[in-house]
Amino acid sequence: MSEQDISESPDIRFVGVSKWFGDVVAVDKIDLSVERGAFFSFLGPSGCGKTTSLRLIAGFDQPTEGDVFISGTSVVGIPSHKRPVNMVFQNYALFPHMNVADNIAYGLRQRNPKPPKQEIAKRVDETLELVRLSGFGKRKSWELSGGQQQRVALARALINHPTVLLLDEPLAALDRKLRREMQMELQTLQREVGITFILVTHDQEEALSMSDRICIMREGQIIQSGSPRELYDEPVNRYVADFVGKTNFFNGKVVTANKSSISINSESCAVLVGVKSKGAPTPKIGSNACVAVRPEMISISAADEKDNHADIVIKGHVKNRIFLGEHSEYLIVTEGFGDVLVLSPKTNESNRRIFAPGDHVSISWMPEAVLVLEDT
Amino acid sequence: MRLYSIAIYLFLYVPIFIIVLFSFNAGRHASELRGLSLQWYGKALANPFVVDAFVTSLVVALTVAILSTLMGTAAALALQRLKGTLRILFDGMIYISIMIPGIVIGIATLVALVTVFNFLNPLLASVWPEGVKPLKLNMGYATVIAAHTLFTMSLVIILVRARIAGMDRTLIEASTDLYATPWRTFYQITLPQIFPAILSGFLLSFTFSFDDFIISFFVAGANTTLPVYIFSSIRRGITPEVNAIGTMVLAVSLILLMAAQYLLHARTNR
Repeated sequence: MSEQDISESPDIRFVGVSKWFGDVVAVDKIDLSVERGAFFSFLGPSGCGKTTSLRLIAGFDQPTEGDVFISGTSVVGIPSHKRPVNMVFQNYALFPHMNVADNIAYGLRQRNPKPPKQEIAKRVDETLELVRLSGFGKRKSWELSGGQQQRVALARALINHPTVLLLDEPLAALDRKLRREMQMELQTLQREVGITFILVTHDQEEALSMSDRICIMREGQIIQSGSPRELYDEPVNRYVADFVGKTNFFNGKVVTANKSSISINSESCAVLVGVKSKGAPTPKIGSNACVAVRPEMISISAADEKDNHADIVIKGHVKNRIFLGEHSEYLIVTEGFGDVLVLSPKTNESNRRIFAPGDHVSISWMPEAVLVLEDT
Repeated sequence: MRLYSIAIYLFLYVPIFIIVLFSFNAGRHASELRGLSLQWYGKALANPFVVDAFVTSLVVALTVAILSTLMGTAAALALQRLKGTLRILFDGMIYISIMIPGIVIGIATLVALVTVFNFLNPLLASVWPEGVKPLKLNMGYATVIAAHTLFTMSLVIILVRARIAGMDRTLIEASTDLYATPWRTFYQITLPQIFPAILSGFLLSFTFSFDDFIISFFVAGANTTLPVYIFSSIRRGITPEVNAIGTMVLAVSLILLMAAQYLLHARTNR
């Protein structure tokens, strides 16, 4: 990975790490490094190896081959209770026979020598305050709501000041509104405590909104890693473009390819022109490729209007419109290009029309807004 | 259908009810009820043979419960780590030891013990120092405790393993993640989690051993347990005294069984 050389002592480094369960490979020769103080996410569908990667850092599993470093030291073979990392579990894993304060103090009490009682009590109070649960110390963990349990799990990990905090789908069990709040809170918290956070999630929105860097995985391999912006604007292939945000794809064969633009012959015989994504290799002429157009890059106008700036104009009619507050999402049925998703911002301009289902429209985009990607 | 089930329940419980009822009989005969009194309870508790047998039963049951709880819990914890053929083998042996009829365990242990004792006793006598009465292995507390534990240990294993299987594995991982050594994880997390099963295993072992007649009859030797005493006194005719003893045994067993059931279903985690 390119970012490997940027930081001198990354908090986490994987070198050629593989993990096999029997004859199934969960993690397949991955290299990565996570800078100190970063908010890093593993993103991918279930079974892509993201949770296994996290468990390799925590020490619950040991790599079959390769080396895992925490703060520059190899931790292969070191059991999890000797590693300076803490984890927030998907189901929180709060100890049911202990109250909130005892749950949070658990890590401190395992220290040798054990800190004095007053110090433990003081730090528990401080940590409860940090996660905004002051006064909840005497409660039983199962008396709390999901969001509160989540915060207890966070406090239980953070009180130990770990080098790295591992979060395994921490928000999956929360409802949508609470999840939003917790996303914000987690981000603020991470900046406050300055600890490296490593998040595992299948929710692209969650990864995009919280992380500094995201690593997209599939079948045990890293497909692309970079900042959310890079992944969104310059996906290396169709898989990434499809996973990060909504995209319209048009398949075809490459006709011409040079540095500035690539054209493909689409299935409906129209020639579509676009640019190559920075990270992706230049496609060969004649190979299968697809054109990816983000819905917000497409403009929509009435069928009789003329848009002279646009390169591509496709006619169609509105099938459906979903009002999303600041945006309207249109589903357009086109002639020869299938269904196309268009995101149209709400503006105060009076000439911007709102279209109803059945309206005949034309959609258009600029070639610079289009990425030509390997069809994988 | 409902009539059948009523008939079955009557058949099962009416004799027990009659025993309890007749234990309060004021009259001398077990067959006719003449007013209510506690005199037979007084008589039973004043009888030194009954008290002796009761103490023997108590000592045996308590030792059996302690031994089978310790060994059964340790075995259950080890067995959950086993995989493959070995696990199937051990599972099979555990269930077999529960399914084997008590009379087979009784005869088998009796035959095995007698054979071993007959082989060892002359050996022991020959190596024993001169002038000291040689140790002679015989039927007694040790043999009846061993035979009971054989059976009750399997009960404990099954109970504790069910609890371990139902336990949230991530709690163990969370504990090691929070710097607890394997041993500290065991007594801070695993043990409190499986404790209800251990305790109910203890109570069930106690009840089984306390009530057991068949195995004790074969291997108890001179140490008469309460069920064996009841059996031998019935041969001299059923008296209200026997009913009183039976009712007391019933009460002890029922209380312990209910406690075990309560603990097994106690919702310790939410």
